[in-house]
Amino acid sequence: MSAAAARPMTNVTAKRAGFFRDVGSLGGRALRSIPRDMETLFPALIIPVFFFAINVGMMQDLIERSPFGGEMPGNVDYKAFQIPVAVLFAVTGLSRANVMVIDIQSGYFDRLALTPMNRVAMLLGFMVADMALAVAMSIPVLILAFVIGVDFATGILGIAALLALTVVWAIVYNGFPYAIALKTGNPAAVNTSFIIFFPVVFLTPLFVPQEAMTGWMATIVQYNPVTYLLRGMRALISEGWALDDILAAAAGIGVVGLITIPLATLALLSRIRRG
Amino acid sequence: MADLTHAIEATGLHRDFGDVRAVKGVTLAVRQGEIYGFLGPNGAGKTTTLRILTTLLLPSSGSARVAGHDVVSDAINVRLKIGTALQDVGLDAKQTGLELLRLQGSLYGLSRRETNRRIEELEHLVDIGDAINRLIGTYSGGMKRRLDLAASLIHAPEALFLDEPTTGLDPISRSRVWEYVRAINKEMGVTIFLTTQYLEEADALAERVGIINHGELEAEGTPAELKRAVGADVIVANVTEPEQARAALGRVKSITQVDAYENELSISTTDGAALVSDVALALNQAGVSVNSLTLRTPTLDDVFLQVTGARLEAGAEAPQRESGQTVLEAAS
Repeated sequence: MSAAAARPMTNVTAKRAGFFRDVGSLGGRALRSIPRDMETLFPALIIPVFFFAINVGMMQDLIERSPFGGEMPGNVDYKAFQIPVAVLFAVTGLSRANVMVIDIQSGYFDRLALTPMNRVAMLLGFMVADMALAVAMSIPVLILAFVIGVDFATGILGIAALLALTVVWAIVYNGFPYAIALKTGNPAAVNTSFIIFFPVVFLTPLFVPQEAMTGWMATIVQYNPVTYLLRGMRALISEGWALDDILAAAAGIGVVGLITIPLATLALLSRIRRG
Repeated sequence: MADLTHAIEATGLHRDFGDVRAVKGVTLAVRQGEIYGFLGPNGAGKTTTLRILTTLLLPSSGSARVAGHDVVSDAINVRLKIGTALQDVGLDAKQTGLELLRLQGSLYGLSRRETNRRIEELEHLVDIGDAINRLIGTYSGGMKRRLDLAASLIHAPEALFLDEPTTGLDPISRSRVWEYVRAINKEMGVTIFLTTQYLEEADALAERVGIINHGELEAEGTPAELKRAVGADVIVANVTEPEQARAALGRVKSITQVDAYENELSISTTDGAALVSDVALALNQAGVSVNSLTLRTPTLDDVFLQVTGARLEAGAEAPQRESGQTVLEAAS
């Protein structure tokens, strides 16, 4: 060892790498960890396909023959109606927040905090991986859509737009689990963030058109931003470039983001606060 | 203006956690190229001090400069100049050693070429071998500690902070880490600030030692200086009536100091060999039952006992007898 130690050492000068390199470095690390963590991803692949099959099998005839069938975008194609639901099931809440908790518990988060890196990159690095995951998880659902004969009214560009909405939605929603991870450093608490998934996703026109809803459910659905996200995604598949619906979808994501992103940012600041 | 001969300077550092004052007015200075041992039991304030010096925590009051930069107002430049291996080895089990070191180099702004060259050098230094391409989750505790050291050194820091670097390691791994620490200091000229609860570690590695207890720096000096302050020799008497024994020893000449810890009396003197029979006689005459009498040169534990009134409990591993130590088991 001493002989090795006596070798001349390379003279290097440490410096700040810069925001984008920091995000890229940490994003690369988060991406590398995905294939080493496949067991956590299987449910995310299976659940949307399972629900898609159940929903279509159970509801297709009922909805397509109901008086509301004519109200549906694209005029009664329940499979197309359910594809955005399957996409949302695939990506909503699928984050690397559990890895962040492990970092906090193992002390790796502190090791990163000891470097001169940009602090925001500590969160954004994970989100880079989340973006890749959202795309990767959406693709099998879209392939399924093509296999069962769902046509995209907006073509390739529409698929790209749908993927863009999906990715931004995934990032925005993941503000919840990251906020919990950063605030608590507790894996059990991060797992409970799944509870948020139910009201956010289920209090929407998930199974039937919004027009078919009455009473308290109709009221809640009307104020749930995810309703508008679903409507925009459905429009891209069944209607065409319905700009009102697409912009409403973007606005819906924005409203959720106004809550989740500040929450995650505040939790990050609280975690790295030196006081 | 910072003293350029000092890599680390702290003045009147305090740190409170609610009502608890964890660090109380710590003032110290570590010279460039020095290994400084910060010795104290669990909860003494070692790690809190280290976390302040490495910019992870703000002091409640006081100031500190590391590598010429203020740890509060110029934290980024401090981070660029230091390497730190925390007590909990902070590594990502899902990365390989190589990936972790490359990421570390990237976060310090090194080019891929610079990083690879540094990895090549450090690979030899910390002896990771082929395991560098394996997932860190498969590493042993010693390998993780060595990789952690390598990660701390990737950017060629001026000062290295090691928080209890051998806690939890087996004796062989511990002695290897000691070798690496010495090599890092000698071959690279890196200043090392090392916290430890192990007396032998501070004694073996540190050029100077600061003893911290209950958040206060109680004593500071080279191990030899500190031991000299205790006396040339220490007679340790294990007795059944410590108070009675203490009173009896007060009448024996040439005793510099008597420190008591439970049933054990540490008797400091300039000439233990000459005094041991007088001590035995005085205790016998006072009717004190003596379980054992041990004559040895002072250890840092004796220093710790003298300045704090307590033994360093965490050092209660297999005690290593120093050469020339004599143990007299009492007949009665």
